[in-house]
This record gives sequence, structure tokens and C-alpha cells, in this order.
Amino acid sequence: MTIASDAPTPTMDSEELRRARLARIQLVAKWTLPVIVMALTLLAWHLYVTINEVPHYILPSPAMVFQTMFTDWGLLSAAAWVTTKLSLYALALAVIGGVALAVLFTQSKWAEMSFFPYAVILQVTPVIAVAPLIQIYVDSAFAAALICAWIVAFFPILSNTTIGLKSADHNLRDLFTIYGATRWQRLIFLDIPSALPFFLGGLKIAGGLALIGAVVAEFVIGRSGTGLGLASTLLEASYRYNFARLYAALFLISGLGIMIFAATSLISHLSLRKWHESALNRES
Amino acid sequence: MQAPLPLGSRPPVLRMSAVDKVFGADIVALKGMQLDVNQGDFISLLGPSGCGKSTALRLIAGLMTPTTGRIEWSGGTGQGDLGVVFQEPTLMPWTTVAKNVALPFRLRGKSGAEVADAIRNALDLVGLSGFENAYPRELSGGMKMRVSIARALVTNPRLILMDEPFAALDEITRFKLNNDLLDLKTKTGCTVIFVTHSVFESVFLSDRIVVMAARPGRVIRTLEVDEPYPRAEAFRTTPEYAAHCRAASDALHDAMGIAA
Ligand SMILES: Nc1ncnc2c1ncn2[C@@H]1O[C@H](COP(=O)(O)OP(=O)(O)OP(=O)(O)O)[C@@H](O)[C@H]1O
Ligand SMILES: [Mg+2]
Repeated sequence: MTIASDAPTPTMDSEELRRARLARIQLVAKWTLPVIVMALTLLAWHLYVTINEVPHYILPSPAMVFQTMFTDWGLLSAAAWVTTKLSLYALALAVIGGVALAVLFTQSKWAEMSFFPYAVILQVTPVIAVAPLIQIYVDSAFAAALICAWIVAFFPILSNTTIGLKSADHNLRDLFTIYGATRWQRLIFLDIPSALPFFLGGLKIAGGLALIGAVVAEFVIGRSGTGLGLASTLLEASYRYNFARLYAALFLISGLGIMIFAATSLISHLSLRKWHESALNRES
Repeated sequence: MQAPLPLGSRPPVLRMSAVDKVFGADIVALKGMQLDVNQGDFISLLGPSGCGKSTALRLIAGLMTPTTGRIEWSGGTGQGDLGVVFQEPTLMPWTTVAKNVALPFRLRGKSGAEVADAIRNALDLVGLSGFENAYPRELSGGMKMRVSIARALVTNPRLILMDEPFAALDEITRFKLNNDLLDLKTKTGCTVIFVTHSVFESVFLSDRIVVMAARPGRVIRTLEVDEPYPRAEAFRTTPEYAAHCRAASDALHDAMGIAA
């Protein structure tokens, strides 16, 4: 696909028509197939529960879950809002902290040598083991949970961005040297654009991890009656054998995860679509 | 169009005297390199792999310092204004053709109407007018290389260094770019040091061919191709061209014989 090559005048022969039709069908199938699978699963679930008369404290029917979603909407939406805020704040702080540290690391070898091991320690220590400690020292349950979620989300941003900032083409580096670029110019015009695809890869991972961190933190911290977000609600519902509410909370958590993934993917696509290989739509 | 001065009377640009470059303890990449570059020269460095051609360019570009010997720019102590073209186009994929060509100005904090003119002019010279807003990925390999050349000459530098710029291109594109490069040289009177593996390319393009041998990297012969510019495509079929090619080829064989 180049501008230079003289493309032969497009004539739609039967082969091409067939291929175009196949592409159209695939596009439709991409959306309809998952929806059909979902509908069939819900139907099977519903039939299983009604035919076997499974009691709702063992497995509620999907209809009941959706009904609970409506009747408990006040409680559930408040909880969902808390979890959403937790995840997004954690992600935002992870981006700020991760990028700032990555820039610091690439600008100063000494800083990298001094602090990188601690970033790794922070990453490899299971957050579930640290959470109770944080809860002791931080009064606000929300702040404590936020710190936990941040710890989980920040490492992929840091490590990806650090690699990205070092990934600029070596000939371009030489060119910048030849043209007498300052350190600042090198960072802004070369290293940061080169790092962008790596950073965005890290962002996608961190988005998912921020939610996981939030859920883990809520399980540990929200337990003591602080009533944090969706995960606390889920846990509480399980204590009360309110399985319909448990499932409703679970669906909302999944939905939140899907939304975060879609949003980070969209951001990534929009930032890279003009130039990066990963975002190109090549004609085969 | 500047009339090219005869070989003997061009003002000097740069002199390398007795330059050695040693890597580590015992890798002698260059030994006793002697080179005078004068304004309007088109010099080819021709030699087998590992004979120090790239090393010589990197020394001239100031990316490394010689182990011994000196590289002096005429009329000043500092390094002169340079343009560089690598084997790969080495463009910034995240920005447009015009902004890639503008890089040397941008890094020196220059902008404005003069810069815009220079960019338009450079793109015009390499035949890419109208592609200002294209992204590199939308261009063919040959076109990317043209952008790279436009970037190298946009500041009207005293010297342009080219390290096997067409080696990765197909032969048709390569011939076309050879012709266009000569056109460009005639129009701008630029001074070029051109690294190549190709005897034909070096004869067609240059007025001086510096043949080098490896281990240690050194100059073994300098050939002059005293055929006037502009040289047309028809030059490739003249007996003079054939004779120069034979001479260069013999020198290259010597270089490889010595190296082996
Ligand atoms: N940074 C370096 N460190 C160590 N050795 C080097 C370095 N750069 C080049 N060399 C060595 O110096 C010698 C000359 O290398 P150079 O790249 O200048 O060769 P060249 O003539 O450009 O070869 P080619 O045609 O393959 O590009 C080689 O033996 C190479 O291995
Ligand atoms: Mg080389």
C-alpha cells in the first residue's frame, strides 16, 4: 500500500466481490456472535434454575439478578460509583507517578539505581498482604484502598514507559546529537514520542490492574463495616446469602472492567492510529 | 545553478590528517586516514565491509573523536553545519513529512517564513511537493529516502554525509535516485561524502573515489573521475564510464585481496 505504486484500475471481479462480502459478514459476526452466546448462556442458566427448582440462595435465576439490579439500584449504584472512583483515581495516580518516575530514571542513572529495586519490591509484594498495614496507618478507608489500588496499577506504567523512553531509534539519536539537541529537546521531541506506544500498552494493563487492586483492597479494608464499593457489597451479600445481589454486584464489576478496557483501548487507538504499526488498518 | 569549479581550485571545507580510530584494545577501525574535502566535491568512500567507512563518517560528524590525528574544519574551530543520510530513512514516524524535514530548524529554535520556504524548497528539490502532510508510513521506501535527503539539505549545510543511503532499495529506485541526486548536486552545488559498496554507483556519482581496505581500515587508492557534471543517464553507457568502473573495480579487488 503505497502512494508511489501505480495501482491498477480497480475492477470488481467476482473474486473481489466474494471477498468483500466475506469481510462484511465477518464484521457483523464480530458483534452478533458474542451477543448470541450471551443470550444462550442466560437462557440455559434460566432453564436450569427453573426446571430443577434451584433455591435462590444457591443460584438465583438471571431474571432475579436483573430484578435485584433494579430494586437495589440505589445501593448498587452508590457502590459502583465508589469503585469507579477508586479505580480511576488509582489509574490516574499510577500514570502520573509511573511516568514521572520513568522520566527520572531515564534522566538519571543514579536515581534508577537507587529506586528501581524498591519499585520492584512494591510490585512483587502481594498487595493483599500489605493492605491490612495500610489500613492501620491510614484513617480514611477510601484513601487506604486507593493506595492499594495504586500500588498494583503503577508498575506496568513505570516499567513500560522506562523501556519506551530508551527505545528511540539509534540513528535518530545520532541525528539529534549532530543537530546539537539539548537534553530537554531530546526528551520532548524524541524519547517521549518513541515511548508513547509502550506507555499505552502499560496503560491498558494498568487499567485492568487498577480495578483488581480496588477490588482486593475493598475485600480487605471494606470488611470492617466501612461499606466501600462493589466488592464490599459483594462480600457482604455473600455473608447474608443474598446471592441475587452478589451476582448483580459481580456483573457490575465485570461491566466496569470492560468499560475501563474499552476506554484505554480507544485512547491507545486514537493516539497511534496515524502512525504506529499496531494501529494500522492495512489492506491485505 | 552554480558552475562547478575545476578540481584544483575549490575552497577547502575539511581536512582529516593521520586519523586513527581504535576500538577497545586492538580493533583498528581506521589507520592513518587522510582526506581533504573541498567545496563542491562529491567523494565516494568505496570498500569492503568493515573497512571503516562508517567510522570515518561518524568521526567527521563529531559522533566520536579520533584516537589520534585531527579533523579540522576550515575557517573556524567548531564543527561545521552538517546534513546526514543513513542507510535507513530514519524518519520520525509520529509526525508528517514537513515536520520531519523541519527537524534541524526546530532543534535550533528557528521558525518562520524563511524556514517554511526552505522546507518547501527542499521538498521541491527531491520531488516531493504536495506530500508535506503525509506520514512516513504512507510513503514508499524510495520516497522515505527522499524525505531523508530533503532533511539533510534543508539547512543548506557545508557538507552532507551519506552512509549507503540507497543500499536497501531496489535497483530501479536506486538508479532513479542516483540521477536525482546528481541533479540536486548540480542545482545546489552541495558537498557530499557518499559511502557505498557499489562500484557503478561511485563512478556515476562522484568526482573522487576513495578506495579503502579492511583490517586495519585504511585508504589504499584515490581515483579521480574527471567527467564534467551534469552527467546524464547516457553517461552510464560511455566508454569513459566503463574505463572508470574497471579502474575502481581493480582497486576494490586489490583492497579485498589485501584484506583477505
Ligand atoms: N562502536 C564500535 N565498537 C567496536 N568496534 C567497532 C565499533 N564501530 C565499528 N567497529 C569496528 O570497526 C570496524 C569498521 O567498522 P565500520 O562500521 O566503520 O565499517 P564499514 O566500512 O562501515 O562496514 P560496512 O560496509 O559493513 O558498513 C569493524 O571491524 C567494526 O567491527
Ligand atoms: Mg557502514
